Amino acid sequence: MTDMTSQATPSPDEKLDSASARRARIMGGVLIALALLVLFGLNVTPGEVATFRLTTPRDAIQVGNLVVPGGPFNMIAAALLAFLGVRQFLRGGAKWTNLSLGIGLAILVMAFLVWATAGKSFSLTGMLQATMVRAVPIALGGLAGVLSERVAVVNIAIEGMLLAGAFTGALIGSLLGGWVGMFAAILVGGGFGMLLAALVVTYRMDQIIAGVVINLFVLGVTSYVSSQVFSEYRHLNNAPTFRAFKIPLLGDIPVIGPMLFNQNLFVYGALILVAISTYYLFHTKNGLRARAVGEHPRAADTLGVDVYRTRYIHVTLGGMVAGFGGAWFTLGSVGRFDENMTNGRGYIGLAAMIFGRWHPVGALSAALIFGFADSIQQKLALLNTPIPSEFLAMAPYIATIIVVAGLIGRSKPPAANGTPYTKE
Amino acid sequence: MSSGPDLKEVNERMRGLMARTTHGRDDFEDLVIVPLFAVVVALIFGALIMLATAVDLPTIGRSFVALAVGSVGSLSAWSETLTASIPLVLAGLGLGLGFRAGLFNIGAEGQLLMGGLAAVVAGFTLAGLPWIIHLPLTLLIGALVGALYAAIAGFLKATTGAHEVISTIMLNLISYRLLDWLLRQPFIQREGRSDPISKDVPPSAELPRILDFIDVNLRLHAGIFVMLAAVAFVYWMLFRSKIGFAFRASGENPDAANYAGMNAAFIIVLAMGTAGALAGLAGATQVTGVLGRASPGFSAGIGFDAIAVALLGRSHPVGILFAGILFGALEAGGRQMQVSAGVSIDLIGIIQALIIIFIAAPLLVRAIFPWGFRKRTKRVGDA
Repeated sequence: MTDMTSQATPSPDEKLDSASARRARIMGGVLIALALLVLFGLNVTPGEVATFRLTTPRDAIQVGNLVVPGGPFNMIAAALLAFLGVRQFLRGGAKWTNLSLGIGLAILVMAFLVWATAGKSFSLTGMLQATMVRAVPIALGGLAGVLSERVAVVNIAIEGMLLAGAFTGALIGSLLGGWVGMFAAILVGGGFGMLLAALVVTYRMDQIIAGVVINLFVLGVTSYVSSQVFSEYRHLNNAPTFRAFKIPLLGDIPVIGPMLFNQNLFVYGALILVAISTYYLFHTKNGLRARAVGEHPRAADTLGVDVYRTRYIHVTLGGMVAGFGGAWFTLGSVGRFDENMTNGRGYIGLAAMIFGRWHPVGALSAALIFGFADSIQQKLALLNTPIPSEFLAMAPYIATIIVVAGLIGRSKPPAANGTPYTKE
Repeated sequence: MSSGPDLKEVNERMRGLMARTTHGRDDFEDLVIVPLFAVVVALIFGALIMLATAVDLPTIGRSFVALAVGSVGSLSAWSETLTASIPLVLAGLGLGLGFRAGLFNIGAEGQLLMGGLAAVVAGFTLAGLPWIIHLPLTLLIGALVGALYAAIAGFLKATTGAHEVISTIMLNLISYRLLDWLLRQPFIQREGRSDPISKDVPPSAELPRILDFIDVNLRLHAGIFVMLAAVAFVYWMLFRSKIGFAFRASGENPDAANYAGMNAAFIIVLAMGTAGALAGLAGATQVTGVLGRASPGFSAGIGFDAIAVALLGRSHPVGILFAGILFGALEAGGRQMQVSAGVSIDLIGIIQALIIIFIAAPLLVRAIFPWGFRKRTKRVGDA
């Protein structure tokens, strides 16, 4: 039961079919319910329009605002949802279930935004920029997960590695400057990666327990030091932060510019790391060997790949990526460490990895969705919607559950995921 | 696994599961020596960490004295230790039962919060009933709500395969927000307060303090009997009942359990539900026995400490009882340590994490203390 997704029982084919058909019907029902929700729950006062600002007055290139008539838009959204739902309900195959669900959720989000913005104006570009920023730790956490799960080590410890990176970034950054802090965070993250590898590869500890324990340990140490030391010596917890810098020309493109080309080091770093690891895992010899270790360690071993060494290296690399992602919390935003400041982002990163089907680009895309959910709740607080802020704050977590529950049926982990390997 | 009859692989997998979920009943070393060494090594590491954060030697000495005095040094220390251990043991029993069924439930914290809040609400809405009905009903409602909250994760796992580690963690995070919101609702919020705090539990739903005839300040309450009853019940359920056998079978080998005609989905939901009921009961005893009301974060991490308790107790009810008392002692002693030596109670969290590392990786303990163990013939997968 240690692997992330395997069902408790392997079902025969017919059983699977009926299960997926049932799932399709359930999704159809959900979509119809969403249509009713949009129709009756998100009704806009007639005549009100939602104004989405695309540029700020300071931008070099100006684009007009996007003005959407609230009432008609949500009518159409409800109709589309109802169509998808009925179609899914009547003759949905497994093939279309996820696509319909994805489109349906996108329509729901649009309708929701229009409803919340009706009669007001809202900076769409600002929200997209925040989405990118908030996706960074999740994407890096997900990437760390991809690196270690591709060699069949389940990494629940991402949360702890992020927290360790955040803490080290704040402490070393305060003492020796931002760059040193960042490298120290990477090293400490790598250290915890190596510790995880040692516990599960050499000492064959249960992988999930090892991860949970590392999380508890890091939480304990960082909370202890911050209440024992930081509260007394405040200068130890006051690191410089990396500011956003604009890439010339590209940064001036409306909407995309601020989102992709006017960010800080961590956003660029995350994008570059995703690109590098995609190339590494799927287009190099060592990447192929790593994946072989994740799929069939015994075969890889027979062909001369050192399974233990490969696992050590990749879990450590994953730890380094997570350490870099952790530094985002302090060096990339506020410069100050707070107890448990990662607040479950590591686990969301894990969900992003599953959603992204153990692929770096997939993990990044999933992280963007979570980042969107995260930023939407922050921005909506400014719009004074009647929805309590607590419920908006739940949005990313509920999204995670939906993703893990809704899409797990189709994504497949590396075959040997979670199982220890004993050399003969 | 279905690809080929690779018996060796199946065996290895099973042994991995057993290592985490079962105990060798006659294995004195695994049950006594490993935990003992784990605690000692963790305490030594704790001292090293204090040294590393510039705590001077006399203070370290004083903090260990405070830890001992505050946990077992007096009647009131014992009372505090046992009071702290009640919710830990209850929630730990639920988690241990889940581990036995192959479910790694991290969600005790959220189940405990929801169960505790439900008990508070039941407490003040049903005020006026005689205590003999009111108190059990309050506890029961707490357990029920905890069970329902946990069953969400069980249901998702059974129907869609959503991994319980992720879904229970998300349910924890959701429960914090939900609690904050519920505590502001006029129905629950105390009259005349603007901060999120619930109304008080009326005396007829409170667990009575059992040592107040000696000293009114002793906080030990009747929840200890609930705890002991739960230990007996879980023991009976796991080792004497049919459903407990199904739990253990599906935890140790889901495929075999399935072929034997056990309904895997039903077992998952039921095991999660039972675990949640025990966590909810932990929350209910905490609010009716100690706190008297619900406030944001009233669970204070008990649900996470209970994971450590269940692991330390090797998922065995009696083991969990002793592990819970040990963790209760660390908790009570840690408070004393913070007051009289000025060392942050967060140190206890580190010590607890270290204890589990050493417990869960016996090979590591054997590597540190080679003389503590009989020489063994080397076996493959001996973990």
